[in-house]
Amino acid sequence: MRMPEPDAAVMGRRESIVAHLRRIVPGEGVISSIDEMRAYDCDGLSAYRQLPLIVVLPSTTEQVARVLAYCHKNGVKVVPRGAGTSLSGGSLPLADAVTIGLGKFNRILEVDLPNRCAVVQPGVTNLAISNAVAVDGFYYAPDPSSQIACSIGGNVAENSGGVHCLKYGLTTNNVLGVEFVTIEGEILRLGGKHLDSGGLDLLGIITGSEGLLGIVTEVTVRLLRRPETAKAVLMGFPSNEDGGDCVAAIIAAGIIPAGLEMMDKDAIAAAEDFVHAGYPLDVEALLICELDGPEVEVDHLIDQVAAIARDHKASTLRVSTSEEERMRFWAGRKAAFPAVGRISPDYMCMDGTIPRARLPEVLARMREMSVKHGLRVANVFHAGDGNLHPLILFDANKDTELERAEAFGADILILCVEVGGVLTGEHGVGVEKRDLMPTMFTESDMAHQQRLKCAFDDGHLLNPGKVFPTLHRCAELGKLHVTGGRLPFPDIPRF
Amino acid sequence: MTDTAFRPTDEAQLVELVAWACAEKKPLEVRGTGTKRGLGAPGNAEHSLDMTGFTGLSLYEPAELVMSAGAGISMAEVEATLSAQGQHLAFEPPDLNALLGTEGPGTLGGVISCNLAGPRRIHAGAARDHFLGFRGVSGRGEAFKSGARVVKNVTGFDLPKLMAGSMGTLVALRELTIKVLPAPEAVGTVLVLGLDDETAGGALSRALGSAHEVTGAAHLPGSLLAGSALPDALLSLGKAVTLIRVEGPSPSVAHRVKALRRELSDLGETHALDSAASRAAWAALRDVKPLVEPRDRAVWRISVAPMAGARVVESVGKVRPVEAFYDWGGGLVWLATDEEGAGKGTGERDGGAQAIRAAVAAQGGGHATLLRGSQALRAAVSVFQPQPGPVAALSRRLKDQYDPHGILNPGRL
Repeated sequence: MRMPEPDAAVMGRRESIVAHLRRIVPGEGVISSIDEMRAYDCDGLSAYRQLPLIVVLPSTTEQVARVLAYCHKNGVKVVPRGAGTSLSGGSLPLADAVTIGLGKFNRILEVDLPNRCAVVQPGVTNLAISNAVAVDGFYYAPDPSSQIACSIGGNVAENSGGVHCLKYGLTTNNVLGVEFVTIEGEILRLGGKHLDSGGLDLLGIITGSEGLLGIVTEVTVRLLRRPETAKAVLMGFPSNEDGGDCVAAIIAAGIIPAGLEMMDKDAIAAAEDFVHAGYPLDVEALLICELDGPEVEVDHLIDQVAAIARDHKASTLRVSTSEEERMRFWAGRKAAFPAVGRISPDYMCMDGTIPRARLPEVLARMREMSVKHGLRVANVFHAGDGNLHPLILFDANKDTELERAEAFGADILILCVEVGGVLTGEHGVGVEKRDLMPTMFTESDMAHQQRLKCAFDDGHLLNPGKVFPTLHRCAELGKLHVTGGRLPFPDIPRF
Repeated sequence: MTDTAFRPTDEAQLVELVAWACAEKKPLEVRGTGTKRGLGAPGNAEHSLDMTGFTGLSLYEPAELVMSAGAGISMAEVEATLSAQGQHLAFEPPDLNALLGTEGPGTLGGVISCNLAGPRRIHAGAARDHFLGFRGVSGRGEAFKSGARVVKNVTGFDLPKLMAGSMGTLVALRELTIKVLPAPEAVGTVLVLGLDDETAGGALSRALGSAHEVTGAAHLPGSLLAGSALPDALLSLGKAVTLIRVEGPSPSVAHRVKALRRELSDLGETHALDSAASRAAWAALRDVKPLVEPRDRAVWRISVAPMAGARVVESVGKVRPVEAFYDWGGGLVWLATDEEGAGKGTGERDGGAQAIRAAVAAQGGGHATLLRGSQALRAAVSVFQPQPGPVAALSRRLKDQYDPHGILNPGRL
């Protein structure tokens, strides 16, 4: 993974930068020893590691603003970091950049139930928000599988999803406001407890900007009443086509399930072997459909889903009759990643999204690729919204397997784009998918994205080397000669 | 007024036109059928760029919950097409013709560019939340695309969000991709009669905090029932009406209406509306029908924290006569007031801007937009909530990036 060439001049000034930062963030808030910085050398994409120049852990918005203003004035790059759970390398450090960790921003500032919102600091974990309001029957809807560890600030940066996106939306649909610090150290407040501020939707573009536009120091989230009940249907199918058709038929019947998850044969076997959820092993595809809401409605719709499943040759069909049984249906799906981890020394989790109808075709092509690359793949799939998580099995200690896994992964994502989908549904581009961006976007498409970057950070000091395969100087963007033709991506110079 | 109207029908023509306008520094009014020309600040473009040449559905896959269409496709066509498959645009786009004195169905491009959403905003999100991708030409005369046709997508910056609500000031949008959803089988509305504004706010908060999945929460004072499309029997009572909507399969709607009536019975007399009556009542609220007359009054759209709505109205009401009703659980205030000040003849003519914005600020902040006003008033006051310096500066820098020559809808935002 090539990253931007470190700036030797900045690295040479390290001691002076440390001294300046200590004046802004006193005590243990500035970490400069190599040993202590090791804890920050990677995020959830641990195949890539790099020691940061310095780590700063501010505890107030004012400190964040002063650190950023200092870095801006002195041309020092910055890598923002939440809980460090990114699966795309969004907070991978740079050798010449200050990593700013938001872990000390860990307080829930206000719970306002009459207005159904909470004001929290960015280091609060996703699950902590729901836990804080659970006693009153409320929750925060987006639920990425790392919710026990990932922070809400990181969720905003990545526009995180979860298994309930189809019905409840992603982070962007559930955030009402943020306090945000620009690279110049200006503190902005966007949105609040109200909906839809007029003017340009700065809140909307900051969400999912992967730390390239600024640092979020406070978040106002929307709270929802916990649904009265939830029930799940477990369905097994003799083929992926039947499973895929059943998904389409459920949606076409006007039903929006809270969760609709699919697993292929390899994932079913791994999960069943691990947690003994009672999954059928004689099926090619397993579908879990969860409905939540008012009890009368859930009962009504569960019957419809079961009928649709029967019409689509479901060979296994079980409706949860208790909360324990519903949790058991989910146990295997939720343990799918560690289950795959048991049967393979290493695995790589991909994250493309495809139009649902193309699923059988994509799975078939993936099996061909599996043969070509000589590596196994297990699939779990947010079938409701088309978000695919192929898990590529490999052994990093075996010669060429990591490279083959990376090539396999790239082939899968290119296939996702080819069938009308996208490179990443919820994990972000980061460094992982950066070099694939030209498969989805033309040079003009990317130049217009970089224009956004130029309005916020024209010196490219915030999280450089992420998302975009090439960083054009803002002044040069205007001179780009765009033909509308797609440049073949292997020829673009990379960092 | 504009001199020439250009009506491109393909991307090459659009690129050529915008590139020409760039080179000649000729501002363009980017427009569809013109039903929303009265929104935002008055523009001052020399020529108009008519986008109604971009029509037709290029993609509609009901089972994938997605459609793509030309920006100039009429809303009537969009709604009819979706309705034939039992689907709809869940953000409930309003038809503001009656309020603004315009005619025509409006276009999809206009609805998205103005980020308009109706009562279901509190449940399903705004237009921005359903806008997945686009193709267009920036103010630099360059064609590009952003987003995709799938809902779950975090590949690169979310430029559709930047376009929704930008009122055509950054990019001339040519093709839009939108998330669609199943339309509910049945609708039910619980009415509570005779509540004052403050109590109604509490009732709406209770309903929205219940497990009944409320998709509409509004309050009409007794003086504004005329345009409400409520059944005559209710109108004749002349009492304030608090409306709570639930949607879904029939048995579920029936059950939840019953439960809500029971749970809110301590507040006053309750009634229920069936599907047809509910649809009529919510369409009237969505389209701001209660404030259409008299036509010479300024109409404000005020977005605040839900519990602050009634207090904003009370506070403005102390300095000038106002009429107001509430949507979004109390957080959206539709407020009508004379364009002239409380003391007529004083020459003060700000349509209440100062009083309203002071009240919003005092109640925790929010956003007050002048939605209807005379040309003179719209030119004299800030139509949108004035932004703090750094936010305004950032917005200006964004405009400069996408439209450095200021040729797309200059002055609208």
